[in-house]
Amino acid sequence: MTAETMTASQDAPIHPGWVRICHWINALAILVMIGSGWQIFNASPLFDFTFPRSIALGQWLGGAIQWHFAAMWVLVINGAVYVTLGIVTGRFRRKLLPIYPRDVVADAKAALTFKLAHDDLAHYNAVQKLLYAGVIIVAVIVVLSGLAIWKPVQFQELTALFGGYDFARYVHFAAMAAIVSFLVVHVALALIVPKSIRAMIAGR
Amino acid sequence: MRIRKLIPGVDANLLIKDAGKLMQDPMRRSFLRGAASLGALAFLTGCDIIDGDAAEGVLRKISELIDGAQAALVSRTKLAPTLKESDITRPFPFNAYYTEDEAPAVDPATYRLEVSGLVDNKKPWTLDELHALPEVSQITRHVCVEGWSAIGSWQGAQLSEFLKRIGADTRAKYIWFKCAEGYTNTIDMPTALHPQTQMTFKFDNKILPRAYGFPMKIRMPTKLGYKNPKYVVAMEVTNTDHGGYWENQGYNWFGGL
Repeated sequence: MTAETMTASQDAPIHPGWVRICHWINALAILVMIGSGWQIFNASPLFDFTFPRSIALGQWLGGAIQWHFAAMWVLVINGAVYVTLGIVTGRFRRKLLPIYPRDVVADAKAALTFKLAHDDLAHYNAVQKLLYAGVIIVAVIVVLSGLAIWKPVQFQELTALFGGYDFARYVHFAAMAAIVSFLVVHVALALIVPKSIRAMIAGR
Repeated sequence: MRIRKLIPGVDANLLIKDAGKLMQDPMRRSFLRGAASLGALAFLTGCDIIDGDAAEGVLRKISELIDGAQAALVSRTKLAPTLKESDITRPFPFNAYYTEDEAPAVDPATYRLEVSGLVDNKKPWTLDELHALPEVSQITRHVCVEGWSAIGSWQGAQLSEFLKRIGADTRAKYIWFKCAEGYTNTIDMPTALHPQTQMTFKFDNKILPRAYGFPMKIRMPTKLGYKNPKYVVAMEVTNTDHGGYWENQGYNWFGGL
């Protein structure tokens, strides 16, 4: 019985198929959103800099908007599937909760001194839990603030919630910056622990 | 040429450069080829989607689909929020694909608004006749596709009132506008009949200055700035989509806020 259970648990993928499919669709969509978003930013920069055209997508404002609004549907529909399944299957609750501040501090220390174990990719440490849960919340904010600046008449209550049209642009930018920061850490750590990439592709 | 910085945070040089690029068709058609430069998409190289014309076609198709979805999903009677006198952006920015001194100078004495298409009365309108229409006023936010916004105060006549007076067939799908400098724009009939859609003759209770579209602009607070034509000299009520200056180059046709 015990052996059988062990075999079954070994056969179960670290990440179920829907997580892996959603992850890679999201990866592509978010890169298009960020790249085209930078080009859109350049048309009327909020700060005293612009993004180099070589890393921005769409060549000009009109092209960038077409990319942004095409990838938007992919991002939102895929994200909705992911969040719904994450809640319904109990995966979010199992994998991401609870998050205790003292665990985050302890795991962060362990990580920075290279003492953090990665033996079980199915189990997230407290820092991972915080970052994954955090980026899901930021993703919701980036979508809602995006809606607020795309349709400030239709969704005027939402726009008001984000502090009005002009402030909502800053919220949208800040959420993008948070996602890019997450991506830098996320991709760097995945490269340091390559088996995590294999797990996200092949499931184990 | 040095161009005065018109809006805080907007690089006017870049803006003009961007617009200038659009004049040349080959440049415009290639706007997606550089897409492959996004390193993360490099793995798609060789795939049709990176090919400029194909990608432009696909993205335009999606943009049109979004138009359809937008028209179906959004309310076209929802009112834009109105703001207070103290909210008005001063100075209100001039914005066009040309500089302010290149803006058309329309002679009010010889000006006639040409009316054509599916209307009962095609008699051209003088400025005095237009000014005699019942006046409405609004303080609303003008949102530019570039991202910046500015709040202005506009006075004029409801477009729906004018359409009634010329006996326009409001079952027609579109209104097409032509402007003194050659700018064009097509809007859908529900937007034309929206209570806040205004034939604007005044800014801040003073006759529109040349910079803001003298003698007439069409103000639609439910639409992005490029859907609000200035220097309007002709309009046609039609079932044919004649497109528009920016829409033909890739901006979303609906442009609804």
